[in-house]
Amino acid sequence: MLYIKCPFCGYRSQKEFAYGGDGTVKRPELNQDISDEKWNEFVYLRKSPRGKHVELWHHVAGCRQWFKVQRDTVTHEIFQTTKMNEEIK
Amino acid sequence: MSQSHRIINEGLLNRNKEISFKFNGKKYTGYEGDTLASALLANGVHLVGRSFKYHRPRGFFGAGVDEPNAKLQIQLNGHSEPNVNATEFELVEGIEAKSQNCWPSVEFDVGAINNFLNKFFPAGFYYKTFMWPKSFWYKIYEPFIRKAAGLGVASTEKDKERYEHKYEYCDLLVAGSGPAGLSSAYAAAKNGAKVILAEDKPRFGGSLLTDEVTIDNLSGKAWTDKIITELKEMPNVIVKNRSQVFGYYDHNMTVMFERTGDHLENKPKYTPRQRLWYIRAKEVLLSTGSIERPIVFGNNDTPGIFLSAAAKEYIKVYGVLVGKKPLIFTNNDSAYETALEFKKQGIDPIILDTREEHSSELIDAAKSQNIQIKFSHAVITANGYRKVKSALIGRLNKEKTEFENSETVECDCICVSGFWTPTVHLASQSGNKLKFDDRIDAFVPNKSKQNETSVGASKGTFTLKETLNDGFRSGFDLSKKITNNNNSSSIPNSNETKKNPHDKFWCSPLPKNKNFKRFVDFQNDVAVSDIEVALREGYRSIEHVKRYTTLGMATDQGRTSNLNGLQLVANVEKKIVPQVGHTTFRPPFTPITIGTIVGREVDMEYMPTRKTPMHTWHEKNNAVFVDAGAWKRPRYYKQGNENLFEASKREARNVREHVGICDVTTLGKIDIKGPDAAEFLNRVYTNAWLKLPVGKARYGVMLREDGIVMDDGTTTRISENHYHMTTTTAQAANVLSHLEYYLQVVWPELKVNVLSTTEQWAGAALAGPKSRDVLAKLFPDLDVSNEALPFMGYIEGNLFGVKAKIFRISFSGELAYEINVESGYGLFMWEKMMEIGKEFKIQPYGTEALSTLRIEMGHVAGPELDGRTIPYDVSLEGLVSKKKDFIGKRSLQKEAFNNSDRQKIVGLVPTDKKTSIPEGSHLVVDKNAKLPNPKLGHVSSSCWSVENNNPFSLAIVKDGKNMIGKKLFAVSPLKNTSIEVEVISSHYVDHEGKRVRS
Repeated sequence: MLYIKCPFCGYRSQKEFAYGGDGTVKRPELNQDISDEKWNEFVYLRKSPRGKHVELWHHVAGCRQWFKVQRDTVTHEIFQTTKMNEEIK
Repeated sequence: MSQSHRIINEGLLNRNKEISFKFNGKKYTGYEGDTLASALLANGVHLVGRSFKYHRPRGFFGAGVDEPNAKLQIQLNGHSEPNVNATEFELVEGIEAKSQNCWPSVEFDVGAINNFLNKFFPAGFYYKTFMWPKSFWYKIYEPFIRKAAGLGVASTEKDKERYEHKYEYCDLLVAGSGPAGLSSAYAAAKNGAKVILAEDKPRFGGSLLTDEVTIDNLSGKAWTDKIITELKEMPNVIVKNRSQVFGYYDHNMTVMFERTGDHLENKPKYTPRQRLWYIRAKEVLLSTGSIERPIVFGNNDTPGIFLSAAAKEYIKVYGVLVGKKPLIFTNNDSAYETALEFKKQGIDPIILDTREEHSSELIDAAKSQNIQIKFSHAVITANGYRKVKSALIGRLNKEKTEFENSETVECDCICVSGFWTPTVHLASQSGNKLKFDDRIDAFVPNKSKQNETSVGASKGTFTLKETLNDGFRSGFDLSKKITNNNNSSSIPNSNETKKNPHDKFWCSPLPKNKNFKRFVDFQNDVAVSDIEVALREGYRSIEHVKRYTTLGMATDQGRTSNLNGLQLVANVEKKIVPQVGHTTFRPPFTPITIGTIVGREVDMEYMPTRKTPMHTWHEKNNAVFVDAGAWKRPRYYKQGNENLFEASKREARNVREHVGICDVTTLGKIDIKGPDAAEFLNRVYTNAWLKLPVGKARYGVMLREDGIVMDDGTTTRISENHYHMTTTTAQAANVLSHLEYYLQVVWPELKVNVLSTTEQWAGAALAGPKSRDVLAKLFPDLDVSNEALPFMGYIEGNLFGVKAKIFRISFSGELAYEINVESGYGLFMWEKMMEIGKEFKIQPYGTEALSTLRIEMGHVAGPELDGRTIPYDVSLEGLVSKKKDFIGKRSLQKEAFNNSDRQKIVGLVPTDKKTSIPEGSHLVVDKNAKLPNPKLGHVSSSCWSVENNNPFSLAIVKDGKNMIGKKLFAVSPLKNTSIEVEVISSHYVDHEGKRVRS
């Protein structure tokens, strides 16, 4: 069970969080013409990298904030967690 | 027979308390402090079970977690538990133990015919034999294998015992209380760290209880007691015996089970049987010790053959002799200690040492005690079927590949020692890739992947002095890292005998033309020949050999068999052990009960129960409840002998004719505030929201980005920047997370806040032609006319002094209102409505009537919005804005979503107007068509239309709108029905929606 540092609440057990998918995906702007290909990529295609990966987590049983986690997908080591408006260094 | 093998003045038992117990129906006695195994051995009982495959007689082999054979069925406190390890189970008054895997008895077991047919049971026997015909598998092979491969029998009764879970955080968790664990826990605790010391056995001390050593001039036991007493007095230390750390997970999460109840004769009522600890430790110190490994020889599984350290433990801890004519068979010095313990009890052992004659402290001690030692000797085979009677021994040639001679020596037990294997399971589980240590012929921890450190025998350090040094230093260093304190403890002086190196001998060669079974894995009955067969048949990877032969599998996880198995593979393959590698260590280290894993999460505690404020009223009025997520909702209110069908028809009809009241508290409610709230809703919902006036509600549909309908509900503009959103009961939590995601991640620039208020408001729906009459009486000061409060209107009112929100919205298709008051007033509101509504024939209705009403109106809900449908499929195209963008809109352009024959929602009526159509039925053109019969769609919701008094269903059908008027068959192979149906419009009642606006 992972031990995750919520940027707002501090270290909490994984039980309090929900995984929120790839943190690098950007939703296309509203009211723009988007090709089928680009839209398909946004909705369905995700990389499954081995190693360092930036992902989103949601502190559902806590402060209910979404935030970024940089995690190693092999070892589960967590390098950094940041608020949404901060950059992973 | 009364404890024939008990020694008078030896051991750590309470001799004042005799305990009686039963084994295979016979009564025996032991003492408090015995294990089931030590008590049986004290009574001279060796034969305890039959082996897994060949049903060979088996006895005790170890004295703790190392035991592969003695798995018994235990009856205690009225429950029956299989596969209990007799060497770990503490004796309590009144227990009954039984042998497993034997029929009719352990003394005479019919299955033992397998032993004499063993040529026909080679490695992979089951794979090879039970291949075909396929039809035999289910009825013949599987039951046969299950019966033959029996361990214990699981109870079918409900487990009445209590189990608990506990969460703990600490600086340092120490697993194991031998010299390594005690010294490191002590040093860390003295340095101010928060320490948990866990010992699997009932007694602390590990090897200190049995080894002839002194620390600070105290015996090992006395020093242990001193340290434990001190640790227990320290407020920063938790000391736990009967507690095994059995799993090591990510981020230093370890799991431990504590045996809290089984050893108590009169367990207090609320004392749990077992407790599971989740421990998050900053550092974990593994002082798990080592396990002696056997030497492989002929018939080495005969009862009466023990690990030498186990024999010593039975003498020193339990005061039990495992035999009175022992043969000690060893490749190292430590077994000499066992020989010397026998000698102290006036018994003359014979030592067979595979090494050439030499001298060491222990060898010299044995010689001075006149113990007979035969160097360069090994056991060829044990003789005896149910118990060792003698051994055929021989002198090894120089290469130790053959015997130069042989002779038979009488003995009643053989104590074998093939050196020591570090217990590296937890280190391995933590991600530590083990390395092979040539010095000890075993794997030891290598580089840590998590914050774990192995100390003492668990990393291959076998001297007390080094272990204590290492323990004190590690405990201090690790605690200093965490606490920054600098209080070091002095390392005590210690004395121990110096031991000579061991010999790499691990398996006795077979004499020519002899074919003795030589077992590597006792628990799974894997002999040398089985592994040789597997290799001959081409299995190379140790993981494959393991699965093919079952070597090292089952409950003991190969604790005594792994290394010998690897040695064998290495020899045959002409490799060395590190090239063969080892199989994966997985939790749990020893078996744990399912009850421990489940803990208190059983029955009503399985998940939280959510009850509405009106729940007690529902109960008093004979509501039959249904689970809606965690909520309990009234399904129907039973009157007299009514069943579900009759009650729901009555309730629904009452809504259509008069007025009904329904508890809608469970609907998700989300408060939305902020200057950009309208813009946000406009992006979240498919329809337009910018122009919704204050005091008006609107029905909205929200999609996922892939275009699939996520949820629907009404949202009301309470004031300029304040909205009240409702969601379905099922999706409430998901919708909130969804909104939070878009506000926090995608559009953080929007100034909007969302907050769940589901629990803050109690809701009641008034529905039916008389609902306005009831409302008018509830709020005499308000104008509730159709003009003042039109359909989709919202006003606030005063309900006998309670602030109420009144929404004119309808799920039933009737004139209807939903009234919300603060939760604490929910029951008050409900009772007022019932009181005032009486003259209008008000009746409560449950979810079943609610469904009936919405289905016959053609109003979609969960079964239609099933994660596969887009708005066009369920007649919601009118709500899809062409002008503005919203979540998921782009996906609606997908070709598949715009196919002309796309599935659409329709209504169905059985042509006989009588037969109800099972939900989930498939719709086909020809019910007799050859399989697979092309499926046109499925029935999503069914009800008995109270309006038309016949069955009616909603269905999602290919090219649905063009199917209207056609006849199809609704077939349900599950219910074995096939019903002719006519496809009609999904709106079966009030097509134009006049009633809701009346």
